[in-house]
Amino acid sequence: MGQQAEAILHETEAHDAHHEMSFWDKYIFSVDHKIIGFQYMFTGLIMAAIGGYFAYAFRMQLAWPGEEVPFYGLVDAAKYNMLVTNHGTIMIFWVAMPVLIAAFGNWLIPLMIGCDDMVFPRLNRLSYQIFLVSALVLILSFFVTGGGFGGAWTSYPPLSAVAAYNLTNWGASLWLLAVFLEIVAFLLGGINFVTTTMNARAPGMGMMDIPIVVWMINIAVILFMASVGPLVAGAVMLFFDQRLGTSFFIPSGGGDPLLWEHLFWFFGHPEVYVVLLPTMGIVAEIITVFSRKKLFGYRTILYTAFGTGGLSFIVWAHHQFVAGIDPRMANVFVVTTILISIPIAEMLFSFIATLYGGSIEFSTPMLWALGFLVSFLIGGVTGIYLGASALDVYFHDSYFVIAHFHYTFFPITIIGMFAAITYWFPKMFGRMMDETLNKIHFWGTFIPFNGLFLPLFLVGMAGQHRRIADFTQYPDLASPDLQSIRIFATVSLVILLLFQFVFIYNFFNSMFKGKKAPLNPWKANTLEWTVSSPPPHGNFAELPTIYRGPYEYSVPGREEDYWPQHLAPNQ
Amino acid sequence: MNEYLDLGLITSFVPAASSFAGDIDFLFDLITIIVGFWFVITLATLFYFMIRFRRREGVKALYISGEKHSEKVWTHYPHYGVIAFDVFLIGFVIVVWVNVKQTLPANEDTIRAIGQQWSWSFVHTGADGKLDTEDDVNTVNDLHVIKDNTYHFELQSRDVLHNFAIPAFRLRQDTIPGRTIRGWFKPTISGTFDLQCAEICGRGHSMMFAAITVHPDRKSYDETMDAIRAGTYESHFEKKRQLGPVPLPFTVSKSETDSPYAIELAQSF
Amino acid sequence: MSLQGPIATHRMRTGIPTGRLAVWWGLASEIFIFGGLIMCFLLFKFNNAPGFEDADMTSTAAGAFNTFVLLTSSLSIVLAHAAAEKGDIQASFRYIWFTIGGGLVFLLVKTYEYSSKIYGGITLTENVFWSFYFTATGLHALHVIGGMVIMGMISFDVRKNHNLQRVELIGLYWHFVDIVWIFLFPILYIANF
Repeated sequence: MGQQAEAILHETEAHDAHHEMSFWDKYIFSVDHKIIGFQYMFTGLIMAAIGGYFAYAFRMQLAWPGEEVPFYGLVDAAKYNMLVTNHGTIMIFWVAMPVLIAAFGNWLIPLMIGCDDMVFPRLNRLSYQIFLVSALVLILSFFVTGGGFGGAWTSYPPLSAVAAYNLTNWGASLWLLAVFLEIVAFLLGGINFVTTTMNARAPGMGMMDIPIVVWMINIAVILFMASVGPLVAGAVMLFFDQRLGTSFFIPSGGGDPLLWEHLFWFFGHPEVYVVLLPTMGIVAEIITVFSRKKLFGYRTILYTAFGTGGLSFIVWAHHQFVAGIDPRMANVFVVTTILISIPIAEMLFSFIATLYGGSIEFSTPMLWALGFLVSFLIGGVTGIYLGASALDVYFHDSYFVIAHFHYTFFPITIIGMFAAITYWFPKMFGRMMDETLNKIHFWGTFIPFNGLFLPLFLVGMAGQHRRIADFTQYPDLASPDLQSIRIFATVSLVILLLFQFVFIYNFFNSMFKGKKAPLNPWKANTLEWTVSSPPPHGNFAELPTIYRGPYEYSVPGREEDYWPQHLAPNQ
Repeated sequence: MNEYLDLGLITSFVPAASSFAGDIDFLFDLITIIVGFWFVITLATLFYFMIRFRRREGVKALYISGEKHSEKVWTHYPHYGVIAFDVFLIGFVIVVWVNVKQTLPANEDTIRAIGQQWSWSFVHTGADGKLDTEDDVNTVNDLHVIKDNTYHFELQSRDVLHNFAIPAFRLRQDTIPGRTIRGWFKPTISGTFDLQCAEICGRGHSMMFAAITVHPDRKSYDETMDAIRAGTYESHFEKKRQLGPVPLPFTVSKSETDSPYAIELAQSF
Repeated sequence: MSLQGPIATHRMRTGIPTGRLAVWWGLASEIFIFGGLIMCFLLFKFNNAPGFEDADMTSTAAGAFNTFVLLTSSLSIVLAHAAAEKGDIQASFRYIWFTIGGGLVFLLVKTYEYSSKIYGGITLTENVFWSFYFTATGLHALHVIGGMVIMGMISFDVRKNHNLQRVELIGLYWHFVDIVWIFLFPILYIANF
């Protein structure tokens, strides 16, 4: 311990002088986990706005092909490819991961496990700085000669590897560099999350007393670490193919393009669960608080999360059923893919069972959480269609796939993010959000979201495939019926985006002018609600000791229906 | 297999024009029924709980940990049901998959499709039924086959990944440069259908479409082949494109769409 | 012992120092990166990709010598750690620099190998085998250089009797670099298997 403490001396010199911090030290170069969490959150929200803007531009193009898009201009084929590619990349790497894992991980882990900061505050800051650079590199890639990369977020070589094929020489390389840096940032950040949770828990907090959301973020980080390694190696190889003239993935030089597909999807499928699990955790926190119920089967949920994570490593080839792999392999991957529905279904059933016998209050965070369950259910069941290899012969790369994964990723990323923000806002900023505006925002997002993606299942069934700038050129797809479906989806998207202004207004208005929030507005058990709002540097006035698990709601024989983790049994 | 179950969910959008299209539609309908059953039950339970257990004055929530066996069964029983249906489904899926992708039935003819940025070149065997001989007929973006004949296809690519997709046949298969990928189909309805590239292949990907024409009999096919050889053939593809209900085209510059380069390449082949 | 800085950094619920946990974690992610690279190499090799018979052309003697050098330097970093545990900072400092010297010899041999290949007309783009050769050994050499720089920084801390536990941490890292080499050596240097 002595050595340990001394080691730390060095690390935290910046920490001691926090009283007379300048603006720059306090908000820009801070090592405080809450500020770093905010940095991740706001960067993620800005990137989400860019991703949403891209979606707007290409959906408008699909609805009214060839016409000027208001606030964007003409979308030609090169721009269209760039828009869909970077929409996907941004939403996965620069929105889902920073907001769900990095922002809420940073913000919540130390508070929820009852300590004053991460164990490596400076490493944490470095992680954000690399992340910020990666975001800037990505944005830069849109403006270089030739435009942004347009080879889809999966960036299959040889298209992505040879400038003569993709015609975006620097765009492709900067895109790859940005993704690489983003991965490095999260590998560094992950060190912090896991070691903090392992070593810095408050006295009395056993493994089974950790709030589910902290568990989920940690499992997600472990999955990420284990799955992304081969992709890092692959990214280096692809970068060499692009810039140094090697042929790792280029068949004419002896390389193998399928290898990249394997490396990519070996990461790409676990990545789905990397972003899913934190949202599952957020939803677990919210539905227990607002139904005043103990979580149904804490251990079951935990084990199913581990099971899902483990299985996610052996399903990747279901993205490649028709990619030219040995067709016999497909049968193995069908079985593993369908198997993954088992732990996920069990987890969803446990969440639904938590509601049984509850006292459910439909506040906005709860609406978001329930909205997540409903829409993720659609995303989950449509996954069965696509996991079935024989159906994938028809649906591969069709709009059915688009609709399916937006029914998983939209609930995970956007709904999960709004659930978390509306739930923890009082703690983050010390003020309450306007409940009426919040509800308007919820319905204004949830209904158009379904209006946007349900029709896409239909066009997918009609055989419409992805990444096409203008379907009206295809005789079989140009029918006015299908076109009106596309227009319906686009109009829904525009409505959805317009309602986000309600949120932006409400967010900033409440941040400065909202009603002062009480210490524990939702009467929740977990430790973050015991500190003042917003929590000061160092979080706890007195570091807590833990006496029970996080979900002791409505315990019989107790007058109050909640029992915070830090209260001694006799209190 | 769609004689057992046919909800017509896909055929209401696009005809089933190949021998295995019915099997795939059957699978879609089957999964829709099974998954729909679970979806409705789960959603109904969720909404029932939401309404039944909404907050009311003076009613305290129950304390259920979900750790006891008697409680766990409530999630386990539906769960076993899910597993049973999963196993049931996997059986059907694998049977259809093996039929479509893993077996190569005896064929009447062979065609070759070569993808390149951004057009398809097709090679028809001609009278001798063999590829790579004198009487091969090469076309660009225009594939001709005969109804009720079984075809093997050979897919190749000159540059990047493409995908040979015919929605009406329920068929998609990637093409990979440096490899030849084989498969089969058997058209069952005559007519002209879209043939798409379904794997992003660069700037002109949106323009990389072709048509497959299924001739009702050999006579009509032979006449077309003769017309192509004589250079008097009027492309089905072009005809259908211009009859499309929405006027064409836009965006990509002319040099990229009607790529003379692509046509030249295909002719030199 | 003073308790400045966040309390979080002094806690040790697992009984394992946080620094060691973090290094293990970092190395685990490195293992997946190098593991991915080596897996790719093996996939090419087992698919009989052309060019892989060129493994004959790498200098087995140079590779074997480098293996010996790295293993010796691993021993010396263990000795440095043992000395630091005993509080013998001078010995620890010497052993660390002995290790750095080992790294330097390794890099010199590597430079000789690279330059003889490049002057012989074989570069990164020759074929997939050589692409792998330069990528894998280059990535490994970067790790060696990084380790040497960090070791140099730690050595001066050690002389001031500061942060002695970091000798162990860099030792863990150095062993990892060593192990990566032990995987790279047979697949790249010992001729076709």
